[in-house]
This record gives sequence, structure tokens and C-alpha cells, in this order.
Amino acid sequence: MKIKLFLFAAILLSLFSNMVIGQVQLNGAGATFPYVIYSKWFDLYNRETGVRINYQAIGSGAGIRQVTEGTVDFGASDGPMSDIQLKKAKEKRGTEILHIPTVMGAVVLSYNLPSIKEVMKLDGKTVGDIFLGKIIMWNDKRIVELNPGVNLPHRPILVAHRSDGSGTSYIFTNYLSKVNTEWAKNVGFGTAVNWPVGLGGKGNDGVAGIVKQTEGSIGYVELAYAVQNKLQYATLKNKDGYFVKADFNTVSAAAEGASKNMPEDLRAILTNAPGKNAYPISGFTWLLVYKNMNDRKKAESLVKFLHWAMEKGEAYAKDLYYAPLPESVIKLCEKKINSITANGRALK
Amino acid sequence: MLSSNVASENIGDFIYKKLAQFFALLVLLLVIVMGYEMYIGSQLSIDKFGWQFLVTSTWDPVKEIFGALPAIYGTLVSSFLALFISLPLGLGVAIFLSELAPNWLEKPLSFFTELLAGIPSVVYGLWGIFVLVPWLRNSVEPLLAKHLGYLPFFKGVPYGFGMLAAAIILSIMVLPIISSISRDVLKSVPDSQREAALALGATKWEVIKIVFSNSRSGILGATMLGLGRAIGETMAVTMVIGNRALISPSLFDPAYTMASVLANEFTEASSDLYLSALIELALILFFITIIINIAARLLVWSLEKRWSNVK
Repeated sequence: MKIKLFLFAAILLSLFSNMVIGQVQLNGAGATFPYVIYSKWFDLYNRETGVRINYQAIGSGAGIRQVTEGTVDFGASDGPMSDIQLKKAKEKRGTEILHIPTVMGAVVLSYNLPSIKEVMKLDGKTVGDIFLGKIIMWNDKRIVELNPGVNLPHRPILVAHRSDGSGTSYIFTNYLSKVNTEWAKNVGFGTAVNWPVGLGGKGNDGVAGIVKQTEGSIGYVELAYAVQNKLQYATLKNKDGYFVKADFNTVSAAAEGASKNMPEDLRAILTNAPGKNAYPISGFTWLLVYKNMNDRKKAESLVKFLHWAMEKGEAYAKDLYYAPLPESVIKLCEKKINSITANGRALK
Repeated sequence: MLSSNVASENIGDFIYKKLAQFFALLVLLLVIVMGYEMYIGSQLSIDKFGWQFLVTSTWDPVKEIFGALPAIYGTLVSSFLALFISLPLGLGVAIFLSELAPNWLEKPLSFFTELLAGIPSVVYGLWGIFVLVPWLRNSVEPLLAKHLGYLPFFKGVPYGFGMLAAAIILSIMVLPIISSISRDVLKSVPDSQREAALALGATKWEVIKIVFSNSRSGILGATMLGLGRAIGETMAVTMVIGNRALISPSLFDPAYTMASVLANEFTEASSDLYLSALIELALILFFITIIINIAARLLVWSLEKRWSNVK
């Protein structure tokens, strides 16, 4: 009996301890892609400062909805909010929503052709035509031209794509829309699209599962996933005409290239970015924060955290297979973070 | 007379009865509220597409054109195919366990069939990707294409992923439901029936026929429960069906089910119309489940009636 009472008291105490010490707790929800680094950040930050940040990885679309409804303190998304979504959120919440880039990811094209030893070279137009179902054989002359000297097999191409809505698909289809006019006209881009051909796999592992098992298949997966699972992936011709292999440096180079004419609201889509080293299918993932918050304490701790993420957090990116933001972008983010207010007044 | 009875009834009994009644009604309320919420949530899509939603087959989130026909088709076809495979198997298992198996074999076998029901569906899905799909692609589908390729059901490139894989996975998941419930139903037929038949000189086979026809309605119920499971199953199907909004007679082709569409696209649906279309899909799934359950009820009733008339 005594033990029970004691336990009960202990549970109560632990429940209220946050309030007793006056600690702030922040709640966020959204994208699953950056979940690994976010949970690392929140854990480290909690140990350093005691501020608790809860993050639910429920998907970018759901993150945007929750921010719009005001049920969280911040959201997260792999694709930027559209103008219509921003307008709606502003009407509902009475304040603007800011996009703060945190880390970057890239999408690579993984393929299964055991007879080919060389790393395949592709360009945007060709990838688009493959995913449109216009190029159906591996030894099509458009692929052969890009890979001189490689003995490509006479084998049908099986396309694998994501069946679930995802930021990965968003970046990939956005790239195809920029480099393949027919794709832009007939399919377009989004977290989920009406795929003209192919099989859908759920998640990166679903797509990788199809590619690994089926000879002659090609599919797109996150760079981090491909690196961790040692998948072979193609080098891509970038905007400046160079063939680039995706890695952390070439992804950061894409952001570097794009940062010169970054839009003021930081909603930059990095696909097909200029720069000799820039890997063309790269993208930011963003935190979505309110420009003006009603709770001063929360606003202060959120801003402090964001600064911490930019100054210290980025260092953890590479270990967790994300590409860190380049200095030039961090500067832009810091400026944006400093513009957050509480009840209309600037924070110290 | 009646009122005095009530008055003399224990107050505790009265409260208990009302409370139980309240809980029972709560279930009904829950169903109504769910239906209502989904109806409200899908207003946008219903207004925009109307009945077209049910009969068109484009699913394009970018252009915001939604038609649910491929998903409805995929759900029904994969579920009924699964039932087609698992019903004879499940009944065979049930008859063996209740009528033929020796005691020492019956217990462990029943245990293992029921164990099948307890495996999480994601495990079935993984098994599907790594074992079933390669097997289908390398052995079964080429064989089917070679010998039965003239039928429209076995045309096309055998990838392994597709309708056939989904139906087989589903049939394995449905099997324990059908077999264990049917076994219980068969067992509940009193032994006096069997003894009477044997006493009249019936063979084992004739006894089973009698026992079987005595438990038709229960077996039908088990089948419907299995069908319900197949229709609602999400994860395992999503992992092997190929996820393509496509209506094709070929079982080798990828397809899509309503539950898979929801599982795949719900979290990332950011536009209002897209979300609304997904909720409408959920509403349709809800209705189909209700209709199937009602149909099963009616069938059981009519069978019971006919059976009692015969008697």
C-alpha cells in the first residue's frame, strides 16, 4: 500500500515537475524525413538547457495542417507551403508563417543492372522520359548516347516510385518538371502525383525493395537511404552540364548555388540549381514557425533553439547522412529567426 | 401488475440494466458519428465530383482530379480472390481438425492456425516482398503465363508485385479466421447427431456432410468475417500490390486498394480537396463494409429459415 502511494506521488511529481521548475515545453509535428536529426537535436538541446521539445513525425502534409490549425508550436515540411496555404494560415492564425531551412537531402536514382560495372550516367530529360514510359528499353539510344562504351542490355525498364505521399517525391517530380517539358505538362509535381508507369513501393525501403529484387528496374530513393544501404546510383548531368555524383558536398553546393538569388521567404526549391558541383535533385527541409507568437516564454525558447540548431546543430548533420546548410544560407536563416516576435514585440 | 414488478425489482439490477443498455447504444452512436464525420469531411469532394467519383478512374493529386473506381475495384477483387483461395483451404482445415484429426494432432494444429492470425500484418508484408514476390516472379507467374497465357488473367509482364501477390497474402491472413471459427462451429454440432448418423449406417463422409449442413450459417458468418478482414487489410497489401490506380483483368498487373490509398496518401495530403477525396474514399470503404455485413446477416437469416422449414 505504501509503495503504491509512493509510486503515485512519484508519478504526480514527475508530471508536474515541468511546471514547478517553470520549464517550457514546445510541441512540433510534421515531416518524417528529418526526424532522425530532429530527435537528435531535441535530445541534445534538452540535456543542455532543460527545454523539452516534442516532435511527432506525422508527415509534411499533416505538419502543414497542424500549423494552420494552431495545434502545435511549430511544424515541419519537406515541401514549402503554397501561396494559398500560407494565405489560409495567415487568415486563421493572424500571423505569417516563416520557413526556416534546417538541413538538406537529395534524391538519387538507384538501378539494378548486374551486368553493368560502370556507374550509369543520366540526364534530366532522359530520366523524365523513362518515368513517362517513353523510354522502355535499357539500350535505347538516348541512354546509350549518355553512356558511350557501356554495353547496355536489351531489357525492359521497370520503373519504381513511391506510393506514399512524400517530400522525396516532391523534390524528384519538381526536378523532372524543370527539365522535361512533357513531364511538366502532363504530370506536374507534388508529394503524390499520377505516375504514368511503374510500380509503387511504400517508403524508401519499399522502392529499394522493388529495385533490389527486380533486374532491369530503376527507382528514386533518398540519398541517406542509398548511402546507408550501399545502393548503386546514377550520376546526373547538372544545369551547367557536368555529371555529378550525389554526396553531402555536391548537395551543399546546390544550396550554395541557389543562395545567390534566394527568395526572401527562403522557400527556395534547389532542384536543377546552378553551379559546377551542384547535384541537381537536392532540397531543403523546413521548420514552419509563426512570425508572431502569443506566448512570450515559448517564443523565446523556440528562437533560442533555432539559433542553437544553426550554430551547433548543423555539425551533427553529416553523421546522420544529411547535408548541412552552407554558411551563406545559415546567415539568411539567422536573419529570419531574429524577425520572430512575441505579441508584436521583438525578442531580446 | 407489470409496474409493481418493476418497483419490486432490485434497484441495483435496474441501474445495471440501464448502464449496459447505454453502453450498447454507445456502439451504435459511435458508428453513426463516424459515418457523419466522414460525410461532413467529404462534402467538398462530393460537391465537386458527385457520382463521378465512383465511376471514373483518374487519381491525380496534382491536377486534383479524383476517381475512386480503380481503388474500389482493387479492394473487391483482391478480397474476393483471397476468399476464393482461402475458403476451400480454411474449410478443409476446419473439417480435419473437428472431425478427422486424432486428439494429439488437433491441439497443436489448432494452436498453429490461430497463431497465423496473431502475426502482425507488416510481417506478412515483409515476407511478401522478400519471399512470396520473388517466388511468384521466378516460378509461378512464368508458369501460369506459359500454360494459361491465353486467358486475360495471366497476361502481361510478371513482376511479382501486383494483384496476385496481394490476393495470396490476403488469403493467408484470412485463412486462420475462417478455419478457427468454422472449426468451433463444426464442434458445436452435438455428438448425438454424429452418433445417430453412424447408427443409421452412414459413412464418415456422410456424417461430415450432415454436420456440415448443420453449421452452414456459422460457416457463412466465418467467411464474412474473413472477407471483412481482407477488405480492411492495409499494410501487407500495400507492400506487395504495386500501388497503381489501374483496372486490368490481368492478375500480374499492379493494382490499388482503398485502404492502401488511405495509408499511402493521407499524411501528405495538404490541399483541402485532396484530403476531402481521401475521406470520401474512407466513407465508401465504410459503406462497403456495412453492406457486406448486412448481406451476410440476411444470408444467414434466410439459410436458418430454410433450415428450420426443412426440419
